[in-house]
Amino acid sequence: MNWISNYVRPKINSIFSRREVPDNLWTKCPECGTMLFHRELRAAQNTCPSCDHHMHIPPRARFEALFDGGIFSEITVDEPQVDPLAFKDQKRYPDRLKDAKKKTSETDAMLVAEGEIGRTKIVACAQDFSFMGGSMGMYVGNAIIAAAEAAVARKCPLVLFSAAGGARMQEGILSLMQMPRTTVAVQMLKEAGLPYIVVLTHPTTGGVTASYAMLGDIHIAEPNALIAFAGTRVIEQTIREKLPEGFQRAEYLLDHGMLDRVTHRTQMKGELVSILRMLMRDTPPIMGDLPKPAEEAEPQAAAEEA
Amino acid sequence: MRNYLEFEKGLAEIEGKAEELRAMARQNPEMDVEDEAAALDTKADALLAELYGELTPWRKCQVARHPDRPHCKDYIEALFQEYTPLAGDRNFADDHAIMGGLARFNDRPVVVIGHEKGHDTNTRIERNFGMARPEGYRKATRLMDLADRFKLPVITIVDTQGAYPGKGAEERGQSEAIARATEKCLQIGVPLIAVIIGEGGSGGAVAFAAADKLAMLEHSVYSVISPEGCAAILWKDSEKMREAAEALRLTAQDLEKLSVADLVIPEPVGGAHRGRADTIEAVGNAIEGLLEGLADEDGADLIAARRKRFLDLGRSAIML
Ligand SMILES: [Zn+2]
Repeated sequence: MNWISNYVRPKINSIFSRREVPDNLWTKCPECGTMLFHRELRAAQNTCPSCDHHMHIPPRARFEALFDGGIFSEITVDEPQVDPLAFKDQKRYPDRLKDAKKKTSETDAMLVAEGEIGRTKIVACAQDFSFMGGSMGMYVGNAIIAAAEAAVARKCPLVLFSAAGGARMQEGILSLMQMPRTTVAVQMLKEAGLPYIVVLTHPTTGGVTASYAMLGDIHIAEPNALIAFAGTRVIEQTIREKLPEGFQRAEYLLDHGMLDRVTHRTQMKGELVSILRMLMRDTPPIMGDLPKPAEEAEPQAAAEEA
Repeated sequence: MRNYLEFEKGLAEIEGKAEELRAMARQNPEMDVEDEAAALDTKADALLAELYGELTPWRKCQVARHPDRPHCKDYIEALFQEYTPLAGDRNFADDHAIMGGLARFNDRPVVVIGHEKGHDTNTRIERNFGMARPEGYRKATRLMDLADRFKLPVITIVDTQGAYPGKGAEERGQSEAIARATEKCLQIGVPLIAVIIGEGGSGGAVAFAAADKLAMLEHSVYSVISPEGCAAILWKDSEKMREAAEALRLTAQDLEKLSVADLVIPEPVGGAHRGRADTIEAVGNAIEGLLEGLADEDGADLIAARRKRFLDLGRSAIML
């Protein structure tokens, strides 16, 4: 497959759809309260330029910032049987899925793509916290397997951005079985001698942390990301004491030896390129990027600036 | 003193009355109560059969957690010879929630590993109610590695409400420890048989249960989350555990239909705690059968088949 012929152009409105931010070109940083102009926020990949707070970034926007020139080609993921358990809580599972698809315009909670970063071929997958809390069900399992198989076929590394509350309860035991299942996918990469880098983003908890997210050759987290097995409240109820400041946050895990690095989102690409090229015994990174495809004009923004 | 579950209240009354009559008769030898007591026994047996004939998923959860059920230690003592516990993760501690070591199973040398919940206040505290910390999973990983190097089959006995949610457990990498144990399960070139004897609680159970063959006792459960936890999150009401237990499909019977479990081992009427020796023997026979079935497989084939088993969960059609 020629991936160049199948590239995806970044769309100006993909990060902040008009539906989410009606008639408003400013976002208030939830951490420090600074009013941030959208273009500025987008340039900083949804991190706050004044306090470095890392906000949610959807997989597609992340890939647009990550891949050279914003060009990547999506890898198809097999769709599993829908709702095999006929799960119903206060809502039917298919209805929850439908709502999540509508809200995110995505098929499920994991996007898989291939392309180049710093002229280094990679396969990447990014979990979407806005899709049912990023929860791991059979689709996410299929996505990770597809990503691992693609990486093995192309002899290139896999970079996985995790973000999930845990397993998808609506798939019952079948979601739990994605823990061993995705572990098999990781083993495929290891046996092929290919790097598997996990970038843990806010939040990564539960069964996701206890499987593929903790089996990387290298673990990098975004600043202040919550990374945990058990929920903070559950622990407080169990041990009946207050937990220390910063407990289960990226920096705390770094101190406790569970991570290799904590890296700002805007520095992540450079760092990944450098690490991957060393692990692949490749030449030093070539600085500079492919030219970005021309962006469509943003008339409202232009008017505002004028 | 027998422990009764909430739904066994009626049964407790009948059995209590029969016991009372017999106690009275022991003190007054001239009293003849046997006919009346025997009639109560018959009534109790009928009620027991009725109650256990169709246990709802939530009732099965209660039976699976019954304090009088045989636990890992009981199975190890009854079914294994020369059990030699091997302690520690070589890093931090020995976790008493996890039993494990070398043993003989029907003469065969094996490695046996399992969660032990304890049977009274002291042992429950010592065993941390069967909730392991990272050290426990790392000990298990080490023992599976040992088994792999010396070509010994591994038998795991699963019975945990889940991995321990504690401060130290998180700091020492509960997630990583579980992930590594699961990974080890999928890497060893020796037969791996898992039996769920009570509760298979989430990741804490998966770490031992990513096996070639999974057997479950008739009233055991295996689930991604406890019904109470699921109810609290999805129903926003932890009292909706009956509905959650129903929706999660966590019974041995459903798991067999979903191809997650290979074998359901029948329990005596009234559950494993009403026939402990019979239950333990049935589990022993099941393990023997499953081990025998894998005896001729070579290591690489075992690993390949084990991986395929999990890869297929999400690919093939599922019918319930
Ligand atoms: Zn800020």
